[in-house]
Amino acid sequence: MTTVIETRGLKKNYRMGTVTVHALRGINLSVETGEFVSIMGASGSGKSTLMNMLGCLDTPSEGEYLLDGENVNNLTRNQYADIRNQKVGFVFQGFNLLAKTTALENVELPLFYDRSNRVPHTRQAAMDALERVGLADRVHHEPNQMSGGEQQRVAIARALVNNPAIILADEPTGNLDSHTSVEILALFQELNEQGITVVLVTHEPDLALYTRRVIQMSDGRIVGDKSVESRLIAREVLPTLPTLENGENGEVQS
Amino acid sequence: MKWQNIFKAAFQSILKNRMRSLLTSLGIIIGVGAVIVMVGIGQGSQYRIKKEIDALGANMLIIFPSHSRMGGVSRGAGSYNRFTLADTRKLQKESSLTAGISAIVGSGGQIIGGDSNWNSRIYGVDPSYLEIRAWSLKSGTFFTERDVRAKAKVTVIGQTVKENLFPDSNPVGERIRINNTPFTVIGVLAEKGQDPRGMDQDDVVLAPSTTVLYRLKGGRYISYMMASAISTKDIGAAQEELTQLLRDAHKIKPGEDNDFIIRNQAEITEAAASAAHILTLLLGSIAAVSLLVGGIGIMNIMLVSVTERTREIGIRLAVGARESDILVHFLTEAVVLSLIGGIIGISIAYGVGAILNHFTDLTAMIQPQIVMMAFGVSGAVGIFFGFYPAKKAARLNPIDALRHE
Repeated sequence: MTTVIETRGLKKNYRMGTVTVHALRGINLSVETGEFVSIMGASGSGKSTLMNMLGCLDTPSEGEYLLDGENVNNLTRNQYADIRNQKVGFVFQGFNLLAKTTALENVELPLFYDRSNRVPHTRQAAMDALERVGLADRVHHEPNQMSGGEQQRVAIARALVNNPAIILADEPTGNLDSHTSVEILALFQELNEQGITVVLVTHEPDLALYTRRVIQMSDGRIVGDKSVESRLIAREVLPTLPTLENGENGEVQS
Repeated sequence: MKWQNIFKAAFQSILKNRMRSLLTSLGIIIGVGAVIVMVGIGQGSQYRIKKEIDALGANMLIIFPSHSRMGGVSRGAGSYNRFTLADTRKLQKESSLTAGISAIVGSGGQIIGGDSNWNSRIYGVDPSYLEIRAWSLKSGTFFTERDVRAKAKVTVIGQTVKENLFPDSNPVGERIRINNTPFTVIGVLAEKGQDPRGMDQDDVVLAPSTTVLYRLKGGRYISYMMASAISTKDIGAAQEELTQLLRDAHKIKPGEDNDFIIRNQAEITEAAASAAHILTLLLGSIAAVSLLVGGIGIMNIMLVSVTERTREIGIRLAVGARESDILVHFLTEAVVLSLIGGIIGISIAYGVGAILNHFTDLTAMIQPQIVMMAFGVSGAVGIFFGFYPAKKAARLNPIDALRHE
């Protein structure tokens, strides 16, 4: 077991006019290879901010962060871009797929920007990733022709395609109904079985039960960190769930 | 480094968003097309107005013999040092600032032709006379240098002469007699109407200068000369040049007065110069306003279209695009759209120009340098405003770009 994520005293302050908001007040966290971690907490507890730091989408104000054994503090913008490209697969609540672009082309996008040549930059690599998320038959569909669940699977395939050290998912089921949410968790569980490290942010305690370890956050601090004792297996739960009226679409209409 | 991938991504973006690409190019198309057509119409009008002013004889110089003075004492009419054909030939050979010089040998006489006769002015001139006067032929041809050398008995008659001698038939090829010398009519002048002094300019018979001098009039002196400067702005210089050449020809020592006078059409020239000046100013403002309006249009469309794509830039940054990748991507898009828009705009401008020239009274003259300028300025504006907002967006944290609505 090696350590994928290690943070020491990670802090993030935002200045809003004259007031300074302390979004993170010193996070010490370590995640080992092969773990499936969920980060729980109320809105404003800093879990998304932490996730953005871990995904190198944003930089901390203070503290140290080691990702996959590398110190990733005070890098250049290009170095951060390459880390986002090669080390991290990020899954967003709102999918963030390119519109009018097929599933396959969306998944190919990280390959476009890869400068490491660790993975073959081929259409086949993107096809394989889509196959892993169960969308082999939807590769030429555009986002507006797909359900929310399918769109999130495309986003997960995009996160997988560059063979990252870790997958970070920020409320990946926030826009999905409960049935589809469990389907997505089944996918994460499957990927985790294959050895992929996953960190997931959620505010639904039910969903955290599908992970192996739950970290509780409040007010910018970690207030709880424990293993899940009786882990739920999504594959087993799914048949027992009722199909919802809007289950066809899979996306919660807001 | 995967430049070809980034170019590919840029082309994909253009093709996938046909409507957006079309609208973006439309800015450039209209910008380029409008500027070229507006300036083309301006230049066409300028050209036509200049041509019409030139047709009044703005470039014309008239060279008269004059009496000479010696130490302030006029030596009177007897001292006239009149022009010969040799003077004309020397000027024709040595002048570089004139488009044509013609000897004028004035005579008069009774003209018999057809079934009647008519009394008119007869001018012996050189072949460049038509061009100097900006006159044209209605039918037939004008005489040539060869006719001048051969003292050929050929003549070109004005409308009034034609009306009186050959009211109902084409006189070209007919024979007429001038003071009992037989001539062949080879051409008829186009109607000119009255000159500013009320003289009928169509009541005229033209023949080669040598023919009139040696066969009709006799003697060795011509009446005067006419010349045209190569352009309106060269009139002064041409006048200087002719003065110097004639002083040499007449062996006038420095300090002695000229024995000739050169007159120009100063009023017409001034009018032409001021019209040209105003037209140039007008043209400049048309070009400037068109470029400004076109440029603002392109700027707006580019700003809106690229700012709208901040989220897309955020997605690209989030999956690992470097700032430079985004810049090359958007720069490629802007250059490609500007090029396509520019080429379509130029084609449309040429099409509109052709339609205007063919179906309306407007003349559009499209000059390559205006095309280049319109294309250059629109392209630069398009590329800058396609690039600048993208550069701003690419500098954001990915997370801020993603949150952009």
